Amino acid sequence: MTRFFLTICVVLGLALPAQAEVEIQEVTSEAGLTAWLVEDHSIPFVALELRFRGGASLDAPGKRGSTSLMTWLLEEGAGDMDARDFARATEALATSFDFDINDDSLSISARFLTENKAASVALLRAVLQQPRFDPEAIERVRAQVLSGIRSDAKDPNDIAGRTFDQIAFGEHPYGSSSDGTEESVAALTREDLLAAHEAILARDRIYIGAVGDITPDQLAALMDELLADLPAEGAPMPERAEVTIPGGLTVVPFETPQSVAMFGHSGIAQDDPDYFTAIVLNQILGGGGFESRLMDEVREKRGLTYGVYSYLVPKDLAEVYLGSVSSANDRIAEAIEVIRAEWAKAASEGVTQAELDDAKTYMTGAYPLRFDGNGPIARIMVGMQMLGLPIDYIATRNERVEAVTLDDVKRVAGELLDPDGLHFVVVGQPAGLENTPAN
Amino acid sequence: MIRLPLLAACLALLPGLASATDEAVTTFALENGMQVVVVEDHRAPVVQHMVWYRAGSADEPKGSSGVAHFLEHLLFKATETLEAGELSATVARNGGRDNAFTSYDYTAYFQRVAADRLELMMRMESDRMRNIRLTEENIATERDVIIEERNQRTENNPNALFGEQMSAAQYLNHRYAVPIIGWMHEMETLDMQDALGFYETYYAPNNAILVVSGDVTPEEVRALAETYYGVIPANPDLPERIRTEEPPQTAERRLIYRDARVAQPYVRRSYLAPERDPGAQGTAAALTFLAEILGGGTTSYLTDALQFDTQVATYSAAFYRGVSLDDTTFNVVVVPQPNVSLQEAEDAMDAALAQFMIDGVDPAQLERIKMQIRADQIYARDDVDRIANRYGQALASGLTVEDVQAWPDVLDAVTAEDIMQAARDVFDRRASVTGWLMREEVTQ
Repeated sequence: MTRFFLTICVVLGLALPAQAEVEIQEVTSEAGLTAWLVEDHSIPFVALELRFRGGASLDAPGKRGSTSLMTWLLEEGAGDMDARDFARATEALATSFDFDINDDSLSISARFLTENKAASVALLRAVLQQPRFDPEAIERVRAQVLSGIRSDAKDPNDIAGRTFDQIAFGEHPYGSSSDGTEESVAALTREDLLAAHEAILARDRIYIGAVGDITPDQLAALMDELLADLPAEGAPMPERAEVTIPGGLTVVPFETPQSVAMFGHSGIAQDDPDYFTAIVLNQILGGGGFESRLMDEVREKRGLTYGVYSYLVPKDLAEVYLGSVSSANDRIAEAIEVIRAEWAKAASEGVTQAELDDAKTYMTGAYPLRFDGNGPIARIMVGMQMLGLPIDYIATRNERVEAVTLDDVKRVAGELLDPDGLHFVVVGQPAGLENTPAN
Repeated sequence: MIRLPLLAACLALLPGLASATDEAVTTFALENGMQVVVVEDHRAPVVQHMVWYRAGSADEPKGSSGVAHFLEHLLFKATETLEAGELSATVARNGGRDNAFTSYDYTAYFQRVAADRLELMMRMESDRMRNIRLTEENIATERDVIIEERNQRTENNPNALFGEQMSAAQYLNHRYAVPIIGWMHEMETLDMQDALGFYETYYAPNNAILVVSGDVTPEEVRALAETYYGVIPANPDLPERIRTEEPPQTAERRLIYRDARVAQPYVRRSYLAPERDPGAQGTAAALTFLAEILGGGTTSYLTDALQFDTQVATYSAAFYRGVSLDDTTFNVVVVPQPNVSLQEAEDAMDAALAQFMIDGVDPAQLERIKMQIRADQIYARDDVDRIANRYGQALASGLTVEDVQAWPDVLDAVTAEDIMQAARDVFDRRASVTGWLMREEVTQ
């Protein structure tokens, strides 16, 4: 049991700097691929992060879930190895490949011992270039995905998230689960998976980070071996999503003792000049663990919840500002009232100098804590590249936090926070709450 | 990859296989009995500071289940010198993160912060070891918070409710039968006396372990620890850690938990199993391999039998957690395909286990697992906080520094015959619970 439960971890690229002593080199291969590298020969292994932009939002029309199912199948056999042969090969090398898919990217996090580099790269090359999608594997993994979809349908957190996404993003891929529906997944064919593979695993959308026991020359050769033969271009990127969230409240009846709520309204883009001010503001309002205003008012003073959080979600194709809270069915109405009041108070009054100072010392001081291992640093570097940040960004990041003034926060709070525009989705049997506007 | 997040969230699949790289680890004790472990890593100017108490939910008095965890929350309130919330606020102002957690056998508090702030952390942590000052309002409000925590983790989650029933049936006489967070009806009655009674009994240097990892030297830690923790007197009345023991388990137990919120029914079997004991970790090491071999992933025996050779299951796993003060459990879970009943899933699981007892251990698989254990000792050097956690957990659960350091060698020495012997011993249906998690029956 932890005292403190981080319900949703949203990775904010700009809030994820490594520490000042990280020395990043840019490595360009013969085939023209670019990677960021931190050389560290103190431990004989390498963490390699590959990310392909577009993610599950590249699903073709009517093929919802195809990119996701394809991703899970990448580790189910490649080249001349079936699923079990492939798993045995990675175990024998003590190599790991973690595959992940979200709305904006497909990521592969690899880790291998220096002594097993060549064999590990050969395995990963087969994954990327010789997928098998054996019928037996497709059916096995499809059954797992369907089981997950059915479980999500009865999970109050998932129901709340999906309902909110539907309200916010409508027909855009962001508006539905990247897993697909039972119907769409059941209908996917091997051809659909090959098409999904071709749509995303291309050189025009790849970002690479490496940390550990590898030199620039070795990394350049590794990149070309892995990636030079991939197609130059993948599918066109999806359109931007139009965010239309009406203020109000939606109850999703579900028999469970504690109501789960998600709330939010439109957000702010990561390249907006006010983005940094917005993350400082959010740190104070609902981002900063025990110290945030929401946590203090809803949990510490009133005991209404175990956790309440807010977070900026700047996706590639839309921006929202979200939050979450859960309270017993007879207490959730009060929790929501307190959250609305805090939103309104911050919108009209901004924050205090003391709050701003504390948020800044936290954000700048937390800087070196992000630097905790080769894998995390590789992921941070890929995130920075995807945002188009300069390679020396890390050295300037704290200055940007320091530069935020009280007036900036007050102005941005007034522009960004919209208490009447907040929409709450409440899953449970909440006492005293009804749909607004009524439908 | 996790395809069944609800299941994975409540079943810890992989035990920590390997242990530390010994050269980076220094241990010593203060005069008042507080044990100290230092794990060095000078690559980044960061430290993690932890204090572990040898007191968890299984040490609670009867009738006040959840008080260990309740007290953990209350330790973030005021002390003689700190206002309520000030400790966490101070950590945050210094760019750090803090938290705490409670288990059956321990309660632990930690901060991650820049290395030059270690002294401040020790000053505050040592203060709350003896000096908390609670108000009745703290009790009332924080009790509401832990009740909401139970709502969130357990009441809203049929998998967690099912797990509670499994444990309650597994232990006939031992406190591991009671959930860490507590039974709701007892949590609702927890009061100031319950919290302070637990605090005054167990929160003392001679019942605590300090674990510091990161950019520090043992000399620095020793000097600071003597200044802040060394001055706190030992509690001479610290009770010996003796718990009610299990009688011989002679009757197989079966249970069915129904809940309308269940989307994915499954069958789970737990067997009472020995834990890692000081100086005697061989059986636990064999059971650690057994869990990997039977249900550790794509290449495991159950996955082969139930997902590849036949299509009985969507998912199957075996898991075992060896770090525990008293008898632990060995678990097997099978999630059937939609057209397979729980009875068929259970029968297939038992048939596979029986066939495994005939087939024995595949030497190639054993060698692959040992390769991963050896590699993990290299990977572990990239994450010293994980090494620190292993020490804290082990020392709070009755093991010694020597046990922790011997563990990789104990694992490496395990033979196929050791594993089969451990399997023969642990698969005793009389000491088992078989549970079915099912949907509510619909009567229309």
